[in-house]
Amino acid sequence: MLQIKGLRASVGENEILRGIDLAVKPGEIHAIMGPNGSGKSTLAQVLAGHPAYTVTAGSVRLEGEDLLELEPEERAQAGVFLAFQYPVEIAGVTNAYFLRAAYNALRKARGQEELDPIDFLDLLEEKLKVVGWESEIMQRAVNSGFSGGEKKRNEILQMAVLEPKLAILDETDSGLDIDALRIVADGVNALRRPDRATILVTHYQRLLNFIVPDFVHVLVEGQIVKSGGKELALELEARGYEWLTGVPEAAPA
Amino acid sequence: MNAAYLEAFERFTGNGGGQGPAGLLARRREAFDRFARAGFPTAKDEEWRFTPVAPIARATWRLDAGRTDPRVTSPQLQPYRFGAADWATLVFVDGRFVPALSHRPELPPGVSVEPFAEALAREPDLIDRVYARTATPDITPFAALNTAFAADGAIIRIAAGIELPEPIHVLYVTTDAAAGAAVQVRTLLLVERAARAQLVESYAGLGSAASFHNVVTEVIVGEGAWVEHTRIQRENEATFHIGLTQVEQERDSHYRSFTLAAGGAIARHDLRARLSGENVETLLYGLYLGRGEQLVDNHTTIFHDQPNCRSWEVYKGILDDQSHAVFNGKVFVQPIAQKTDAKQTNRNLLLSGGARVDTKPQLEIFADDVKCTHGATVGRIDESAFFYLQSRGIPRAEAQRVLTYAFAAEVVNEVASAPVREALDHLVAARLGIEG
Repeated sequence: MLQIKGLRASVGENEILRGIDLAVKPGEIHAIMGPNGSGKSTLAQVLAGHPAYTVTAGSVRLEGEDLLELEPEERAQAGVFLAFQYPVEIAGVTNAYFLRAAYNALRKARGQEELDPIDFLDLLEEKLKVVGWESEIMQRAVNSGFSGGEKKRNEILQMAVLEPKLAILDETDSGLDIDALRIVADGVNALRRPDRATILVTHYQRLLNFIVPDFVHVLVEGQIVKSGGKELALELEARGYEWLTGVPEAAPA
Repeated sequence: MNAAYLEAFERFTGNGGGQGPAGLLARRREAFDRFARAGFPTAKDEEWRFTPVAPIARATWRLDAGRTDPRVTSPQLQPYRFGAADWATLVFVDGRFVPALSHRPELPPGVSVEPFAEALAREPDLIDRVYARTATPDITPFAALNTAFAADGAIIRIAAGIELPEPIHVLYVTTDAAAGAAVQVRTLLLVERAARAQLVESYAGLGSAASFHNVVTEVIVGEGAWVEHTRIQRENEATFHIGLTQVEQERDSHYRSFTLAAGGAIARHDLRARLSGENVETLLYGLYLGRGEQLVDNHTTIFHDQPNCRSWEVYKGILDDQSHAVFNGKVFVQPIAQKTDAKQTNRNLLLSGGARVDTKPQLEIFADDVKCTHGATVGRIDESAFFYLQSRGIPRAEAQRVLTYAFAAEVVNEVASAPVREALDHLVAARLGIEG
């Protein structure tokens, strides 16, 4: 489904990804782990098309289509979804409006008929169950005044509505207490399908207790230095990243 | 000053324009003299530095504005009625009251919603008592000119203790019959002690010709009264619109305004609120939209004359193309006005490289135990917001419309009256290219 080959990316003069190779098949869950500053979030954002990063080499194909040629909205239309580490607050636009605008933008791009507000609300009712929310919250402005946990749940709700082929979760576990973590993980698991794939970017093994990955990759200084099965995450949990990086890890801020 | 103004004034007063109590006529004359002495402001006048009114001063306007277009029909006004056919509505076409287009449901005793002529006939000293008592001719030369010539307008009076559930709408529309004319109307709102009222004051252009609208509104909010005042200016984009709103608040009163400025070639609105009793609350919200070569200017002044009052002001602007906005927010806190809590915010969104904003907060504080803050920003849509929407599949051009609407909606949402808020929301969404 996803083929990343020799991917290098920079911000200004600063090269952050230094040759990433990764293949993801339908139905798989891949965890990308690594110490702070290893380039994990950069990889997630580059895949979604964040304009701050310049791709200097390599290729990214989603079902054969060259993702790097596409605008961010075209990538979303092709089936890519990025759950943001820091979701953006948009005061003045309700969640309901935002979700419908996004949903209909995807429908339109795929030549399907757009849903009117009434039909969309029916669909939304169903999707809200994934994150255990009441519909009242849909009349609140997007992420505006939301707690950290609510913002992450909102990302999962958006994912449930947009039904991406490839979901990339960028540190969705950071800042969550155990209850919020469980809700988010349940949401991700509920959306799992044989024809969809997920990339989990995370610093900690904790999330992987709830969402069990098929593969774990360790990213250090912009390169994948080790890949393995789910047991690799447990090893990292026990031993830290030091044995892979060669430097003691600073305590997380 | 052009001699035509003097001729026009003599003609106006000679033709019954000076109808009413002698005091009223004297005030018109005094106002005219003041205008004649001062003339139109120029760029040298600090208050008008960024707003060149030369195109208004240069032109020769018909000042007797007697002509109105008799062909305006009720369906034509539908878009301006907020879908609320049952609100008491006074409609003025080209500066003259038109009974057939107005809607005058029975109102509770003590409530009157009348055009000038009726009020003069029914209660002659009412106009005399309130006309130009607060929006005095010395405020601006335009106010003086209006005071001299305003022949029609609305007088609304809500007696003590009456709570009106529905808004009152005063709708001033202009047609191409007013091409080349100065349309000068006046609105007076008197809300007595512990009464509650909502006023919507609209200015709408039905045609495309240039005319000059010079309007004045006076609002008196009695002790413990509650007033929401929505001013909607959507003139055609050839019109010169100069407006002054003067608000006087007595103790324990609450006044909130929302001002939308969307039309006009040059549109200037001065909103002045005097907090002349203790424990007053004043909320001023504004939204201005510029496109093409529009110039939109908002000057606000809040006079904290008494202690323990709160004023809260948020004005937002969205400027596209080559448009230009001016914002000036004055807050005066008198030595006696301790415990004043005043906050002013002006935020501007530029949608093009050619748009321009001049924003100036001006706080003059003479009391020491107060909390006064202000902030002004001029910027573009945040790239991280763009990316967020695009990453959800929303194309960039649509993302810009959604985020621009969001910027506007934040202040529209402050309107307390639900039907007014919803109507404004639709109006702003339509202007910004957003569908329901």
